[in-house]
Amino acid sequence: MDPMNLIIAGVGGQGNVLASQIIGRAAVKKGFMITIGETFGLSQRGGAVMSHIRISKEKKYGPLIPPNRAHFIIGLEPLETLRIIEAFGNEKTIVIANSRPIHPLNVIAGDAEYPDPHWIKDALGSACGRLFWLNATDLALDLGGPIMLNMILLGAFCALPGVPLEIPDVEEILKTIFSEPDKLSANFEALKIGRDLILDYKF
Amino acid sequence: MMEMIREEWEGKEILLQGNEAIARGALEAGAIFYAGYPGNPSSEIIETLAEASRELPIYVEWSTNEKVALEAAAAASFAGCRAMASMKQNGVNVVSDFLTNLALSGTKGGLVLVTCDDPGGISSTNEEDARLFAHLAGIPLLEPATPQEALHMTRWAFELSEKIQNIVLLRSVSRLSHTRSNLRMDKLPDFKAAPYFDPKVPFHAFPVVEKDLARREKLKIAGALFENSPFNFYNGPVSPELLIICSGCAWNYADEAVEILGLQNRTGILKLGTTWPLPNELVKKHLKTCDRVLFVEEIEPFLENNVKAFAADLGKAIGLKEFMGKASGHVPLCGELSPDILLGVLGKLFDKQWQNTAFIEKTAAIVGDRLPPREFGFCPGCPHRGSYYAIKTALAWDNRNGFVSGDIGCYSLGLFPTGFNQVKSVHAMGSGLGISCGYGKLEKFGFDQPVITVIGDSTLFHAGLPGLINARFNNADILLLILDNSATAMTGFQPHPGTGTTLMGDKTDPVDPEALCRALGVSVEVADPYDMKEAARTIYRLMQQAGPRVLIMRRKCALIQGREGGLPYIMHINRDLCLGESCGCGRYCTRIFRCPGLIWDKTAGKAQIDEVICVGCGICADICPQGAILREEKA
Repeated sequence: MDPMNLIIAGVGGQGNVLASQIIGRAAVKKGFMITIGETFGLSQRGGAVMSHIRISKEKKYGPLIPPNRAHFIIGLEPLETLRIIEAFGNEKTIVIANSRPIHPLNVIAGDAEYPDPHWIKDALGSACGRLFWLNATDLALDLGGPIMLNMILLGAFCALPGVPLEIPDVEEILKTIFSEPDKLSANFEALKIGRDLILDYKF
Repeated sequence: MMEMIREEWEGKEILLQGNEAIARGALEAGAIFYAGYPGNPSSEIIETLAEASRELPIYVEWSTNEKVALEAAAAASFAGCRAMASMKQNGVNVVSDFLTNLALSGTKGGLVLVTCDDPGGISSTNEEDARLFAHLAGIPLLEPATPQEALHMTRWAFELSEKIQNIVLLRSVSRLSHTRSNLRMDKLPDFKAAPYFDPKVPFHAFPVVEKDLARREKLKIAGALFENSPFNFYNGPVSPELLIICSGCAWNYADEAVEILGLQNRTGILKLGTTWPLPNELVKKHLKTCDRVLFVEEIEPFLENNVKAFAADLGKAIGLKEFMGKASGHVPLCGELSPDILLGVLGKLFDKQWQNTAFIEKTAAIVGDRLPPREFGFCPGCPHRGSYYAIKTALAWDNRNGFVSGDIGCYSLGLFPTGFNQVKSVHAMGSGLGISCGYGKLEKFGFDQPVITVIGDSTLFHAGLPGLINARFNNADILLLILDNSATAMTGFQPHPGTGTTLMGDKTDPVDPEALCRALGVSVEVADPYDMKEAARTIYRLMQQAGPRVLIMRRKCALIQGREGGLPYIMHINRDLCLGESCGCGRYCTRIFRCPGLIWDKTAGKAQIDEVICVGCGICADICPQGAILREEKA
């Protein structure tokens, strides 16, 4: 698996870019060559956000993952996760998907229909290699706010087989980002919650 | 990312964004003066330098617009110091009048203009190719392909500028500016500067023809330096079946597509980093090796046209060529390039299958067309939603087919359902106001439609003032709404003249738009976008008056309010009061108001607050005919 290709997909405000930076910095520290392509554009205004992360021992790859070559997808929002599967996923892609929808405005307005999340789960499950469908937003809310979502999924990612990062690698980076002890421990806690979700996952 | 200026990181690998790499390159060159105007995808360059200015003896500012930014940077150059201005592609238009004259006067200290172009218009109103300004102004052009190259190239651009005594244009694109990669940094210099303007050496364009000739000579020197530049290199066999000539970020896609298709022994890639003037000898050498040439670059066929013109000059010396690119239709004319597109182009040329057709067909069958697009919208709590709702209400009361003339900022989204489709024109910064000066003089020809002009506070300072003064001077009938959210919100909350702080954190007297209008002799009032009904009444009343009128819609950006302690309410729906589909309002709260925090519970058939999204501005409580949306003060 070189380069290892990971996509984080979601909606503006979900902490996508920060999560990708943390993964990138942790991987640089372990001697990998990293390229991250960030697509945000008008994301602050509720648009879709996607980060392409490429981790290699060989060389620095380009900022965009070629079609259907993602090994892992972290989906912060179900619709945005399914949206990118056709273009970037394949039969072996491992997907970690948060289950809570953020309704697009056209859905709120009744101009479009948000697919049933159970259907999204089934669609992701039958398209890809393996799906971890996680109720992570609710756990994030229990931890102090929806913003903890990205850390829970980051913890989950580190627990996957084949991922060259472990939770302590991520914790090292978090220490340089959060100076307040309570914030730091909440983020550490979020990583562990995410890891346990994967380790205890029932297919 | 302030490890970026820590000595212990010198010579080590660090993860930097393309824009941060450009900033670092300028610091390694010892540039001391930086100015710009915010705009995606360029903003992080100046922001990074502003952060660095807390620990390094450099000066960094957000100027009122891009032209002022480059002019200020030019002063540092005239005084012998290295300086840089950065902006997005539209900014180079604003700069262009000064730029074409500056290219004649020449410069002294290394001066670099950075443009971050936006192929596909991901966060822009156009996908203009600012490389053409290098052609137009007759100045050298550099195009980095990776963050590491962005660092080295920016650093070298200052040297080049000093060697030829003229400004150098460096062009990034969104994808590169927002790519993070690990790269190696060199040492920072000591930033010693002794600015002195030598009165014996003036800077101007006269005599024009002589200066023009001198400028062209400088360009020739740059061209000679480019011949051996490490930013240009070739990978491939001696005589490839296809020569790919590419520049910038698109090189990554060509390189990977060749690798995936296994074409390393059949194609050669000539990657050019110095793209104007062309390194003629190098291009000639490679054109001789191959009769089929494919151009890969983003936005305009810039390299393509210049290489073709050069090939025509060479004529028989290189023989007949088959050129493929944007003109031939092999490469898309518009939009961003990608590995996908390059795989398609090369796969077709070499008859290679590369798609995972089985997977694509399988997923397409499962997913179908069931995925709704994600519509852009104002943030929850955004004052612009209230402003446009008030405008919509006032225009409906007036009932003369009134409309809104707008320009660039978050409030451009007034074009779309999130702003109730009220805005009917958007072009350049400040253009909504200039256009309205025209509508405001059409009355004598029978024009009777009311026009409301909207402009943001930062945009007013950038390019709005000449239009406003013009309206006053020519007594045009305009009603200008200054959407004052105390922020350059679109691009990430950079300070501007109205915010009371400079980029480097110094306190400054804020420019007060209200006082400004008074000084100009334009009538001015203030309204609160959160009080939509009262604001609508005020707008309606002002619509019935003549001459230039200003209404300031004042309320801080919701994201700033969020940072400053949050908005006041927790919102609830009283499910007994909400009559749902049977109300007769036709789901007004969600169908029309379209706030991401106020959603529709399909199962219950009633409105619902999404507590993860709602920030508690409370204005939706005023639109429910049943009074079912309730505000509760936060504890």
